[in-house]
Parts: sequence; C-alpha cells; structure tokens
Amino acid sequence: MNIFVVLKMVPDTVEELNVSQDGKSLDSEFLRFKLNDPDEHALEQALILKEKCGGKVTVIALDAPEVDDVLYTALAKGADRAVKIPVSQACLGTKATAKVLSDFFSSGREAVTLDTLVLAGSYAIDDLEGELAPMLAVHLGLPYLGVVSNVAASGPGLVVQKEFAGGLRGEFEVELPAVLGIQSAEKPPRYVPVAKVRAVMKSAKIEELEIPSPTDAVCLDVQRTYKPEAGGRAEIFEGSPEEIADKIVDALAKSGVI
Amino acid sequence: MAISILVLAEQLRGGISDITYEMLGAGRAIAQALGVPLEAVLLGSGASQLASSLGAADKVFVADNPGLDLAAPEAVAEVVKTLIDKTGAGIVLVGCTNVSLGIGSILAARSQMPLVNFCRAIKVDGGALICTSQLFGGKILSDVKLADGRGIIGVYPGAFPLEQGRSPRTPPTEAIDVPVQPSKVRFKQYIKPETGDVDITKQNVLVAVGRGIQTQDNVQLAEELAQALGGAVCASRPVIDQGWLPLTRQVGKSGMTVKPRVYLAFGISGAPEHWEGMQNSQCIIAVNTDPKAPIFDGAHYGAVTDAVELLPVLTEKVKMRKG
Repeated sequence: MNIFVVLKMVPDTVEELNVSQDGKSLDSEFLRFKLNDPDEHALEQALILKEKCGGKVTVIALDAPEVDDVLYTALAKGADRAVKIPVSQACLGTKATAKVLSDFFSSGREAVTLDTLVLAGSYAIDDLEGELAPMLAVHLGLPYLGVVSNVAASGPGLVVQKEFAGGLRGEFEVELPAVLGIQSAEKPPRYVPVAKVRAVMKSAKIEELEIPSPTDAVCLDVQRTYKPEAGGRAEIFEGSPEEIADKIVDALAKSGVI
Repeated sequence: MAISILVLAEQLRGGISDITYEMLGAGRAIAQALGVPLEAVLLGSGASQLASSLGAADKVFVADNPGLDLAAPEAVAEVVKTLIDKTGAGIVLVGCTNVSLGIGSILAARSQMPLVNFCRAIKVDGGALICTSQLFGGKILSDVKLADGRGIIGVYPGAFPLEQGRSPRTPPTEAIDVPVQPSKVRFKQYIKPETGDVDITKQNVLVAVGRGIQTQDNVQLAEELAQALGGAVCASRPVIDQGWLPLTRQVGKSGMTVKPRVYLAFGISGAPEHWEGMQNSQCIIAVNTDPKAPIFDGAHYGAVTDAVELLPVLTEKVKMRKG
C-alpha cells in the first residue's frame, strides 16, 4: 500500500492561549506548537498498516513552527519519506490547504496510484473549517470516510471502523484509492526515544517540494476572537489538599451521595 | 440572501438524533429573523415515517431510499447539493456529530458556499449571520460573519435547546427522487461495544479521569475513590486511547452520555468532545492543575490542584465521613 499521512501543527492548548492585538487571531509570539492529536493517530495507523501488509509511508506537512521535529520524529517511528511543502499553513484555512495538497499529488513527482491511501486526522482544533481530509478527497476525486478508529487491509480494499456514539461503531468497506479521516489508531501512538530522533536528523533528509501558494484562498470573515467568559459557574475550593478534600466531601454530602 | 434555511436531519438506527431537533430550533430562530422558510431533509429507510416528527420545519424533503442508509458523506452531500440547487437554500445546518461530520466539508468543497464548523451560537445581524465557533479544545471562541447570509454551518451537539425544535404538528413532506450511485464506501454492519462489567450510564456517582491522571497506575487511585463512594470510574478519550480503561468507560462524543448525581472530573480539561457527554450531570466537581481549563466554566465546584495528589486524601476523607 502506498500510504500518505498529512500532518498539521496546531498550538499546544496546554499552554496559555492569548488573543492578538487585532482581536481576531491568536497571539503567535508565545505559542508552542505540537502535532494535531488525531494526526498523530493517523501516523500510527499508517505505521501499523505498513507493518501488517507492507508498503510505504510518506508523511507530508506544510511549513509551520517546529514541523521539522515532527517530520523527523515520524521518520524515526518508521515512516519512509518526509516531505515538507514550503507554503506556510498560517492563516491558510482548510479549503486552501486542501488545494495545496491536491496540487502536491498532481505535481508530477507524486501521483495517486491504485493502492494509494491518504490518511489525515479526522479534524483539527485550530481552524473554523476544521476538516481537511474530506476537502482533500473532493479535490482528488477519491472516496472518503471520517471518524475512523481502525483500518485493516482486506483483498484489494480496506475494512474500517467508524465511531458513532455510545461506543457504537460501524464497519465499512472502502475501495482504494481513498482518503480516511482518522480519529484514533487501533493502538496508542508509539513512543520513540529522543536519541533515535537525533540519529535520524543526522542520517535522513526532509524532502521539499515547491507548490505555488493558492491565489484564490478565501478566508472566513472573523469579526472577533476571544476567550469564553471567565469565572463561569464553578465555586473554587482553595487550600491544602486536606482542606480541599474536606470541602469536596461537604459538597458530596450536600448532593446526597454520602 | 438566503431564500430558505435547510436542516440536514440525522437518523441513526431508525431514530431521529437529538442534534436534528437542536438544529431545527436554531434554524427556526434564524428563519424567523430573516423572514424565510425553514426546511429539512431526511434520508434513508423509513424517512417518510420519521419525517412526521420534524414538525418544527415548514416542509420536509424526504429521500426514503435504503441506498442512503449510513451512506458515504459524499453521497449525502450530493443529495443535499441537488436540493440546494433546486430550492435555493442559502443556509445549511449540518450536525457536528460523528455521524454527520465530513458532509458539510464535502458540500463546501463542491459548492462556493463557505463553511463554519463547531458552531455554538448563531445571531442574525441585518441580512448577515454571526456564528460563534468553539476552537482549541474549548479555550477560544471566534465570531464569524457570513455577510450575505449564505453558508454551511456545522452545529455543535448540545449547544442549542432541543425543546425548541420539537413540534406536535405534522409537517408537509415532499419526496425527492435522487439517483444514488454505487459507492466506494459501503456500510457492512454495526459493531456494538462489548458489555462491560459496569454500565456507567446507570451510576449515581462517577469518578472520571483524564490526561492529568498521568499514568495507568494512578487510575487505581480513582478506582479506590469510586469504591468508597459506591460509584464507578470513567474517562475521557486520551485515557481510553492509551488502553488504561476499556471503551465502555469512555464519556463524550464517541463514548457514553452520562447524567449522574455527581460527576467528579480529575485531570480533565473539559474539551467540547468530553463536555458533550457529561454536561447534564446534576453536580460537576472538577480538579485540574490548569486554572484556565474550560471544565471550570461549566463545573459547579472546582479545585486547582494535582488530581494525583488529591485523590488518596479525598478517598480517606470520604471513608471517614461515611464512618
């Protein structure tokens, strides 16, 4: 199988997020970036598929802060190739990103083959459109299924599981070539030691492929970006762990559960 | 300017999903403000009969075709696109649910309509719409203007009241006949979750753990508290993905929806996908090291401290109080 995994960097929400002066976007000065969680699962699912049925895994990313580290880490985990498209993903929007990536597949150097599977995270947390995989599928003219949590090769195609709700899943047959939006891999993403990533940084290379920036990127008209009303409803208990525990016990008693 | 508002009704296993009524309620408010009709479209087997419960719509288009049962998003998008071309609908509401995700994006990529996803609030401002979307795990909101009142809006579950989308009247329906092409994505069967030892939807007290629990061993600390309280342990997605607890203990979008008397959340930030599954708990007590965690915006009580440190202390105090 010829597997491509599209990776996207997003701000780490563990860090404090601040709105910039214009009141419309995030202040990028102190942002720390990490790989979008579902994308990390997409990579893991690709590596599991490769281990089970052979093939090649290529990771692709647009330019973003700290993206090189993520691409090298993907190589250290077992990806065969890493390609960076030197178009900044900042403010590009999902529609335009999908266009850039479909140009990647029609660049002459890459092509969608009969055994091509394109994986991306089912959604991204940083974007108003938020779903790259289905938009890319439209551009590539390929079938799509999202919120997928298990992918297995079956004959010439795939059998995949899509999550619904309440733990209920659906099993689907998908013909290749196809695009899937991955929610979670069948196993937790693997860990790779930093030393191995460092070694890969010395021995492997990130390929770069020039794709023209889209000229017709239509961005949504954001009027205002802000934090939700602070101080909502929660009454905050303060003090030592013992004091906090006492107050929680009082609250539990008030609710009638003890 | 929108000629009409179209709601993509959602059904799963022969029942109308709650999100459908939430969207009908939200859609009715927009339709009223813009002075345009509210229409819905329902696809799949049994659609003709199910349509009678969508009385909040002025009209329901029905494609009662088994070929559209759990159809690939592209097939559904194709039907909706045909309908938009026919009716001139300017605003399309689609659920941000696992069932419907992807359809809005395909529609947006195929048409020139903009897409605003993860929407929690919609205001009409003249002929324009202001949509409020929730991003970055619930930490940031963005107001987006759809200037000419045209666009596809992905509606977040639980954001709009269900009741306003319910109506006792029977709506007029119109059957639409759309050829369904053979698809390269085909539904085969449902996979039901394995029956767990504990049904977390039936518990009075739930002790929930998230990423902040740090290690698999620490889950035991939550188990001990749950035992002391006569409840059960459940978790947010990261803990389930790690394999620290079985799928039957997952709360949230893909997992269970729970409404216990008390929901204790340890090391859970409160991302929208989790909040969706536990927001109707009678009392929510949240413990997290991050004072800005969104869970505190909705919880009744909170403490900014390390869950791992607090858990054993709390378990002891509970045992003491119960005597």
